[in-house]
Amino acid sequence: MSRLSIGSLFRRPEAGAFLGMVAVIAFFLIFGGINFLKPSGIASWLNVAANIGIIAIPVGLLMIAGELDISIGSMIPAGSMIVAIMSGHYDFPIWMSIIVVLGFGVVVGFINGFLVVHTAVPSLIVTLGTLFAVAGLVLGLSVLITGTTSVSIKAPDFYKAVFGQFIGGTYQVIILWWFAVTAVYVFYIHYTKYGNWIFAIGGDRESARNAGIPTTKLTIILFILSACSAAFVGMCQALLFNSAQVSAGMSYIFNVIISVVVGGVVLTGGFGSVVGIVFGTITFAVVNQGIYFTSFDRNWSSLIIGVMLLAAVLMNNTFRSMALSYAPKKK
Amino acid sequence: MTSPVLELRSVDKSFGPIDVLHDISLKMNEGEVLCLLGDNGAGKSTLIKTLCGVHKPTRGSILMDGAEVTFSTPREAQDKGIATVHQFGGTFPLMSIGRSFFVGVEPTKGWGPFKIYDRKKANKIAVEAVQNFGITRVDDGDRLIGGLSGGERQSLAIARAVHFGARVLILDEPTAALGVKQAAHVLRIVNEAKRRGLAVIFITHQVMHAMAVGDHFAVLIRGAIAADFRKGERTREEITDLMAGGETMADLERQIEGYADA
Repeated sequence: MSRLSIGSLFRRPEAGAFLGMVAVIAFFLIFGGINFLKPSGIASWLNVAANIGIIAIPVGLLMIAGELDISIGSMIPAGSMIVAIMSGHYDFPIWMSIIVVLGFGVVVGFINGFLVVHTAVPSLIVTLGTLFAVAGLVLGLSVLITGTTSVSIKAPDFYKAVFGQFIGGTYQVIILWWFAVTAVYVFYIHYTKYGNWIFAIGGDRESARNAGIPTTKLTIILFILSACSAAFVGMCQALLFNSAQVSAGMSYIFNVIISVVVGGVVLTGGFGSVVGIVFGTITFAVVNQGIYFTSFDRNWSSLIIGVMLLAAVLMNNTFRSMALSYAPKKK
Repeated sequence: MTSPVLELRSVDKSFGPIDVLHDISLKMNEGEVLCLLGDNGAGKSTLIKTLCGVHKPTRGSILMDGAEVTFSTPREAQDKGIATVHQFGGTFPLMSIGRSFFVGVEPTKGWGPFKIYDRKKANKIAVEAVQNFGITRVDDGDRLIGGLSGGERQSLAIARAVHFGARVLILDEPTAALGVKQAAHVLRIVNEAKRRGLAVIFITHQVMHAMAVGDHFAVLIRGAIAADFRKGERTREEITDLMAGGETMADLERQIEGYADA
């Protein structure tokens, strides 16, 4: 009986991601020593993981539904700049800026989703377009309004405490946001019918539509979620560092996609899990930060990440075929 | 004589200037299998899509139980009991049997925003429904669809349609991609659906499969019904000839030989 349950654990989409995470943590424990798992060490990679993780889950859901969103790369600085210009350069109250930040996410997400579902253009190209359009818009407007590409902002204590401060001097408050949204996603994706619908869309869009699933609406909602999440992370960063730059965020595109794929989401859609994406995000963050705890040169971390990504893709295929070929033993 | 479950009256369908279907009239009765035969491009797919609500007829009318109906979406046709099963079962290879059985109509428990998907119930119902159709190899609702054979997938999809109260079952080339044994499997399921009083529309270009289950046959050539007959009224050769577009198989064979000689 126990062998059977181990077998069923291995068929879950997050199995590979979990093994990968354990492997990299073990690797950096051996080469970096225990500092890496002391509170300050944990903070270094947990902060990175939280910022990526909030965006990685909705992007991962889009990938499960068979779409991709790379416009997040310019939505992060857009979120930062909106709050910095509105409440730093001008004196609008922060709550108003927050509404505008999320509203801008809704607008861009809606444009992405609308174009993807109503034209046959692949989402990679559509969001590549909005990536550049939004980046240009933010750069142009901030130079036009403030004459600079970097704006400082001084947020009141309450907003600092909720969105951007260091707890105990090292842990960013966004970690708590990450845990909270992860719990919400896990519930909705794996325990309600809505998750089932997303997997069905990724499995076969046509059949899903015939089964009565509102595929168009759901796809647009997922794009809105990812755009809003990215804008939210940008806003939190501006409040945390008391300033916003136009050019921050492009590296997130790759980091997020790597986290999602390492997390066991199959690129062709229809397979994956929220918990897997969380494991993938932690794995990425550990590799990204763990290198500082070792005596290795920083530049080696990209090599590790690249190899890890390839290994993850291969492993995903293996786990998927294991899941597919599984048949109960004849009794 | 009760009115047919589904009836087409001189239905035309054109896409812009191109006429795809021309003056189609068909009747489908309960407990009968209507075999729709035709070569590639004869308009079979368009006809199915018109029946299941994807396309609206350009002219003519669709009647259910004698009353005229219009479907603006596939969902509407489904709600009225018209279910379509596609060649590959219309299912999701990476989803579990239970989950894909209930896609779009998931059973839930709990209340308000905390309604959760009832996995146990879904799996139990799905497995029972399939086993009722004689597929006893399916006994675990957590298995992924991709692990089933082609015939089992078809059977699952048919069982699903019947479970959700289908009255008209449209099977789009269910046996085309299957081996002999698997196809026999599906044909048995078709007979079972017929026995349960469903009107089945069986689309195929394999005359043997059609003869095995059909009560009523219609041959489609270039968007029009070229022949409409009951079981036993035509021989297999005649049907094959009709499907080849009116030319006899013997003619075709002569042509092929002609090419070979030249």
